[in-house]
Amino acid sequence: MEFFIQQLVAGLTSGAIYACVALGLVMIFVSTDHINFAQGEMAMFATYLAWAMIDVGFSYWMAFVCAVLLAFVGGLFIQRVILKPLETAPVLSLVVCFIALLSFFNALAGMLWSFTIKPFPTPFPPKDIFGNGLVSAQQLGIVAVTVIMLGILTVFFRYTTLGLAMRAAAQNASSARLMGVRVSWMLALGWGLAAAIGAVAGMLVAPIVFLDPNMMTGILVYGFAGALVGGIGNPMGAVAGGFIVGVLENLVGSYLIGNELKLSFALAMVVGVLLLKPAGIFGQVIVRRV
Amino acid sequence: MKLARRSALLGAGLTILSREGRAEKKYGPGVTDTEIKVGQTQPYSGNASAYGVAGRNQAAYFRMINETQGGVNGRKINLISLDDGYSPPKTVELVRQLVERDQVFCLFYTLGTQTNTAIHKYVNQKKIPHLIVASGASKWGNPKQFPWTMGWQPDYHTEGLIYAKHLLATNKSPKIGILRQNDDMGNDYVEGFHEGLTETLKKFIVSDVTYEATDPTVDSQILQMRNAGADVIFNVTTPKFAAQAIKKIAEIGWKPTHYLVSVAASVGAVMRPAGVENGQGILTAQYLKDVTDPRWDDFPDVKEWRAFMAKWNPTANVLEGSNASSYAAAYAFVRILKSCGDELTRENLMRQAANIKNMEVPLMLPGIKVNTSPDNFYPLQSMQLARFEGDHWVLFGDMLSRHKG
Repeated sequence: MEFFIQQLVAGLTSGAIYACVALGLVMIFVSTDHINFAQGEMAMFATYLAWAMIDVGFSYWMAFVCAVLLAFVGGLFIQRVILKPLETAPVLSLVVCFIALLSFFNALAGMLWSFTIKPFPTPFPPKDIFGNGLVSAQQLGIVAVTVIMLGILTVFFRYTTLGLAMRAAAQNASSARLMGVRVSWMLALGWGLAAAIGAVAGMLVAPIVFLDPNMMTGILVYGFAGALVGGIGNPMGAVAGGFIVGVLENLVGSYLIGNELKLSFALAMVVGVLLLKPAGIFGQVIVRRV
Repeated sequence: MKLARRSALLGAGLTILSREGRAEKKYGPGVTDTEIKVGQTQPYSGNASAYGVAGRNQAAYFRMINETQGGVNGRKINLISLDDGYSPPKTVELVRQLVERDQVFCLFYTLGTQTNTAIHKYVNQKKIPHLIVASGASKWGNPKQFPWTMGWQPDYHTEGLIYAKHLLATNKSPKIGILRQNDDMGNDYVEGFHEGLTETLKKFIVSDVTYEATDPTVDSQILQMRNAGADVIFNVTTPKFAAQAIKKIAEIGWKPTHYLVSVAASVGAVMRPAGVENGQGILTAQYLKDVTDPRWDDFPDVKEWRAFMAKWNPTANVLEGSNASSYAAAYAFVRILKSCGDELTRENLMRQAANIKNMEVPLMLPGIKVNTSPDNFYPLQSMQLARFEGDHWVLFGDMLSRHKG
């Protein structure tokens, strides 16, 4: 039983990490209708910025806030400078552009900070919550931060004018434009927010997996799985999907199929969900008039 | 274009002339009076890019040889070091390019087990010397089937066996958990470990779990081993996962006897990031001096290495183990090239590499010498056990090898 709970908690922790990454993916999908393959690398890069700031003497929270802000500005900048000229380009050009961004950030981080892993500080105390080695403060912290981020995003997209405008811009650009929404800037804002969420995710993950330029590559695959299982069109679904993938992957890996097939299992889940419910378990089917 | 071709022809003509003029010099492809072309693939990008420091350091070493000694016997080493991203298909493509387009004389320190496996047959068919392979797999020492390939470091199989012998000598009824990367490296180590335990004592293994190099963490595997009741773990991982494992084990308050393979025992790249307090008492085996250990500071080879790093590769992190191992390998390679004299043919290079007698190489532990023969393609075979104490590795016990251990 203890083993089961430990694996469950380990699964929830990884699930929270996948959920954070999935949130970033959803953010860009909801606001621009694209899937950003560079999401993981952008998060990694922002985490390096935080690390560099801590290294020169910033306090953790100072560096945290600065990194999130820098990531926001960086995301905005990428959209304005690199993606805006491609607004009318076919989807494939964008995919290529995302992959280019991915390898660019990976290589740049390696060049600036080397590929050796670095420890990253955590804001949570190194403490057991129940004193029996089951749940650490770090694990609880990650889950809590993910849920809080989800709450903020849900409120933002449902109840604020700006959030609604962003969704409108993504889903029906021309109507939104007629309603007076500045569509192009909404897209940029989506990128900024996604980059900021990525930065938070990166800083949560780094204390566990260690900071290195390839930190997010493995995680991104699971993040995709989480987003697709839950439904890439809504933040709640993506977070739930992240947790589902994390927990099931761990339990199935420990009890049923062995560790070798964990990733295959996650991908099989994606295929299964897409076959039965293409919009994801929690996704809404959007019908569009053409 | 036309002009270039003509001058190339002219150049070729001159080479033929000069060869006839001085009969004592014999050159294979990639060698001229002024240059030796050497090919290499390294993971400068991708998953294993932490190892890419080796290639950069060797480029610096050859630059030093070229500039301070005028190269090897008057010929400058031209190292063509390409990035394969640790991806075997890429390695195949690049090595073909090195062999067929660049016409390199030989390959040196191509890095990675799968990557070298992918080119193993090809280079032997083409008869390209494939020397000082930067991987500890045991398959590089098989001169009967692969006479053009030679490894370097003590192989994983032998190292795994050394740990098993030490374990059996110190613990009569261990409960062993094995954490291994699911690839050739992991299997090679574990096979050696099994051989050391012998068939009857394999029952001591209570848990054998794997992870994939793409997995985010190994937390779940650590819990599985503990749950199986292991009190000894054999940790066969690459640096990042080793650091994760060390940290996680400390976090859950578990204190097993911990054997950590040498590929993941770098102080700078693993032990410090994982937290030195979490690594106390971990065991590993070494064949190189741990340059972070102050006890070696006054040794002339360590001093010379430090001076080299400061002058020729100043931006590198001297705590990364690869900077020491790649230096030693480059030194040995230059020695082998030197011993070829003016007969720089591929056949002679292999002959020289296969007849090394007691070569002393800087940064090796005292007493370790390089020896090869036409039927022994394992240049280094001895290792000594070490325990992590304070912030560095402390050696103990005798020099161990497959035969003596």
